[in-house]
Amino acid sequence: MPIPKLPSSELTPEAWYLDRRRFLAAAGVAGAGLLGAARIAQAATQGQQDAPQARGTPYGLQPNDTPTPWADVTGYNNFYEFGTGKEDPARNAVNFVPRPWTVKVDGLCDNPGDFQLEDFLKPSRVEDRIYRMRCVEAWSMVIPWRGIPLKDVIDRARPRASAKFVEFTTLMDARRMPGQRFPILDWPYVEGLRLDEARHPLTLLATGVYGRDLPNQNGAPLRLVVPWKYGFKGIKSIVRIRFTERQPLSSWEKSAPQEYGFYANVNPQVDHPRWSQATERRIGEFRRRPTLPFNGYADQVASLYSGLDLRRNY
Amino acid sequence: MAAAKPLGGIERQPRGFGVVLIVAATVPALWYAWAIYSDFALGSRYLGSDPIKAAEHAYGAWTLRALLATLAITPLRRLTGWNWLAKHRRALGLYAFSYGVLHLLVWAIIDVQLIIDDLVGWDVVQTDLLKRPFITIGMLALLLMLPLAVTSTKGMIKRLGKSWVKLHRLVYVVAVLGLIHFFMAVKLDWREPLVYALILTALLGWRVVDARRRTT
Repeated sequence: MPIPKLPSSELTPEAWYLDRRRFLAAAGVAGAGLLGAARIAQAATQGQQDAPQARGTPYGLQPNDTPTPWADVTGYNNFYEFGTGKEDPARNAVNFVPRPWTVKVDGLCDNPGDFQLEDFLKPSRVEDRIYRMRCVEAWSMVIPWRGIPLKDVIDRARPRASAKFVEFTTLMDARRMPGQRFPILDWPYVEGLRLDEARHPLTLLATGVYGRDLPNQNGAPLRLVVPWKYGFKGIKSIVRIRFTERQPLSSWEKSAPQEYGFYANVNPQVDHPRWSQATERRIGEFRRRPTLPFNGYADQVASLYSGLDLRRNY
Repeated sequence: MAAAKPLGGIERQPRGFGVVLIVAATVPALWYAWAIYSDFALGSRYLGSDPIKAAEHAYGAWTLRALLATLAITPLRRLTGWNWLAKHRRALGLYAFSYGVLHLLVWAIIDVQLIIDDLVGWDVVQTDLLKRPFITIGMLALLLMLPLAVTSTKGMIKRLGKSWVKLHRLVYVVAVLGLIHFFMAVKLDWREPLVYALILTALLGWRVVDARRRTT
């Protein structure tokens, strides 16, 4: 698979980034005497001093793709477990504590078990990768994820020959996830991938964004990222990974099968019944952009679907 | 039915009511227009991460609110005896129409970018208008408001006489279509359109009960 590498000279070195923050802190102290502590405190909450720098290896980025600002990545989310408004998750997930966290691995595999998150992640090397993200609602972002290849987890679980699919489940706990008190979807959220999709080197189990642990609203502590599929396939706050012989029924497919399919590959040719998927708006940009087949990852993933009618298997 | 004393003894329009109404009706229109401009041109974040959708949805919501306010005038008058409310009904109806037009313009020009960009062509919009029922219904609701807006002048009221009253019953159809459009546009979470539906049901239900009471 061709992986476009960004020369390391293009990335902001960690040291500079730390220096910049130290500089800002020093400026804050120096300025306090002049301006008064109240105004400094105000500037700190309003400003973007807290916004971290994007880091990671870019995958499939187009020449005009730049990382979406931290404020948008962590402030504009579809995570119905914390409310259906885009700003709800950031507000309602503030008190969610994603530790301790157990991931159950079961189904058709030879090494099932309940794993503490730390033990689950330890054997893998954590990577930073910058991916494009296309929501089924026709908006998009570029997000610097941190995570481990899902393939690592699958290999350790040793799926049997009969396993054809992987099913993921989100935490079910209406006390901690207030959105689950309303029957908007059939909770808990369920998603699935074909085993070959799940093993694809681009498929990531994310633990972080912008080099930090995942904020709660982004699916802490563990979420799926499949960059060539619509965002809703990226199930959040995963507690269970199950190997199955039959195709899992994902939550959106169950709730509106004529609008959301199992595959959900980004496809400008196949409209959503209520809107065109031919174009998208990148968050932060005014002009629309054309949507790319497989969200720009066609070279890497199109072969997975040779012989499949993508109009019917949307 | 003998006219009861107006509620709270408010027989005449309180001072400044007209101004308050004009301000309340125009501030949202101006605010969202400014906020879109500011968010893109000046880097503010008044409307969050997707200012265009935020403004588009807000203008749609204000269309429905103005429609509900228009339909609330008659029941309010009858229940409170505040007959001075009557003269504001036309203005509220015209505000509803204006917000509907703003909603359409933001959708077509800023969201779909029909005129300012050739990325999305007329063919796509035609598909949207004809093959996507929620857009068809929304467009129909707006088109049906057009004859009501055109015939809202004093001269037209006089000229059309009884048929004016009949024609303007279209407002009930417009409100129901607008609400259906809202229900079809949301993704699964029906709580917000449901609030509008309950209010509309109350306003229309009152008319049914009232009409029955008058005939018996």
